[in-house]
Amino acid sequence: MSGTWIAILLAGAGTYAMRASFLAFANRFVDLPPLAQRVLRQIPPAVLAALVVPALVRPTGQLDLWQPRLLAGVLAAFVSWRTRNVGLTLVVGMVALVAVEQLT
Amino acid sequence: MTARRQAMRDGITDVAPMLVGIIPFGLVAGAAPIAEGLDLGHAVAMSLLLFAGASQLAMADVLGSGGGVAVAVVTALTINLRMLLYSASLAPTLSSERLGARLRVSYLLVDQAYALSVIRWDGNDDRRQRLPYFFAIGILLWTSWQITTVIGALVGSSVPDDVPLDFAVPLVFLVLLVPVLQRWPSVVAAAVGGTTAVLAAELGAARLSILIGGVAGIVAGALAEGHQERRREVTPR
Repeated sequence: MSGTWIAILLAGAGTYAMRASFLAFANRFVDLPPLAQRVLRQIPPAVLAALVVPALVRPTGQLDLWQPRLLAGVLAAFVSWRTRNVGLTLVVGMVALVAVEQLT
Repeated sequence: MTARRQAMRDGITDVAPMLVGIIPFGLVAGAAPIAEGLDLGHAVAMSLLLFAGASQLAMADVLGSGGGVAVAVVTALTINLRMLLYSASLAPTLSSERLGARLRVSYLLVDQAYALSVIRWDGNDDRRQRLPYFFAIGILLWTSWQITTVIGALVGSSVPDDVPLDFAVPLVFLVLLVPVLQRWPSVVAAAVGGTTAVLAAELGAARLSILIGGVAGIVAGALAEGHQERRREVTPR
């Protein structure tokens, strides 16, 4: 078997193991202590922000606060906050990005 | 309509607009391994076994440039470390589900399915609707991902350069982030998480930046919430 196949199989197995890590033992997660619950509650905002913010402020791999993606992202965040509409937010964000790129 | 059916319909409705980001990303994830000199079988196997776009792209890049098996595996796993946090986050909510169901949830546990579910499962929701909602989202994402990676691998990525469709992916995460910012500890978690991720990437740890930012944000948010609770205890009602 080639190295490529070994790499794919190992990475696949490892990724699945991480996805199943806590879920496989979730039956023990009943009545968690308040501190654990408090920690788990922070996961969605912390991780989602860690996914979003770098994409908006360093789109080309270095920090750049003066480019269309940050502007389009801020506008999209406002639309998302006011409307909670995924489709509308995507449209506004994409159109804003294309428009700003065309104008500059 | 039964509750389960309603939940599946809700899941499909919630995830459908996100396919705008998934489809071009899938095409790229299918085309990249071919462009790096791997074959169709490799591209398909990566989508089936990893089912995680960013790590598939990074693996294709490492393997294509002769980076070696160990580097490729470590790179992919590093990018996917956030799955540990998703798994921990959903575990209490799914604690009463059967092991088989939890293992199937694990296979389909991707960013969008996680975020949509964690927002919906707020504790006041109907327990019977949880798995149907998750699986409707997961299966739709999985099917779209498998089909688009095969197409990308066969015909190449014909996504036009002048339409920045790649921007749809962070926009989707942004839409998912906004509704979780209801309480101020969450705002602290997001602010610290986002800032730390940027700092980590600037300092050269781009592939670890999501995990580093995530952990920093979790700690900050937990401290902020603890502080808030202590203040509430001393303040007379």
